[in-house]
Amino acid sequence: MKIGVLVSEGPYTHQAVDSAYKFVTAAIAAGHEVPRVFFYHDGVNVATRLSVPPQDERNIQQNWTALAKEHNVDLVVCIAAAQRRGMLDANEAERQGKDANNIAEGFRISGLGQLIEMGIQTDRLVTFGD
Amino acid sequence: MSDVKKFLYVNRRAPYGTIYALESLEVVLIGAAFEQDVSLAFLDDGVFQLTKGQNTDGIGVKNFSPTFRALGDYDVQKLFVERESLEERGLSEDDLIEVVYEDEDDDWEEKPAIRVISRAEMADAMADADVVLSF
Repeated sequence: MKIGVLVSEGPYTHQAVDSAYKFVTAAIAAGHEVPRVFFYHDGVNVATRLSVPPQDERNIQQNWTALAKEHNVDLVVCIAAAQRRGMLDANEAERQGKDANNIAEGFRISGLGQLIEMGIQTDRLVTFGD
Repeated sequence: MSDVKKFLYVNRRAPYGTIYALESLEVVLIGAAFEQDVSLAFLDDGVFQLTKGQNTDGIGVKNFSPTFRALGDYDVQKLFVERESLEERGLSEDDLIEVVYEDEDDDWEEKPAIRVISRAEMADAMADADVVLSF
């Protein structure tokens, strides 16, 4: 089965993004396809490569980046939600005249249309939120 | 597009205090361009999103409730509001803004998009949807 995933709560504050990670890992292990995960609301904060959690804690961003690389999962961060929260890739930083960018490898910034498209193209859309 | 799916956007939270309601509406507006079968559901504190006379002057946040009235122009024709949620909050249909759409199958007559339905009917609407996005 083709499964799309929406993450709508932020990392470390809320269980949603951890549950989504475990779900995607388990779904792929069970033979399902997860072509895309869409990050919305505070979920976009997962994509910062500047997060430095204590060493004895999980690194949520790095876990997702590794998962994306290993299983070719498209990790999409909503551009409107990202811009509000200071999440910029190199192109957006330049366009907006900002002096830094922070999007980690494996993530890309794109529009809400990617969420709708995911809903159309997958058999199930599973939301992890509050 | 041949495969039109039924999208149901479920709004459960008050319009202000958190960003969920505003960012939900942003998804609806973008999603309208994809020519899917779109419905919105309002329940729990989400029913406050459609109340008349919202004034956000005191909280420094934009009042986005007028945008709901434009949904008809985006061909969004079904806004389901749960009757029990209204009643539990001392509200009735009279407290809600008017949202209309033009019915292309009926000489473009303006019709109300808001439909107050029971909790049981809301469950049916959710079961009937292909994609449920809950905010």
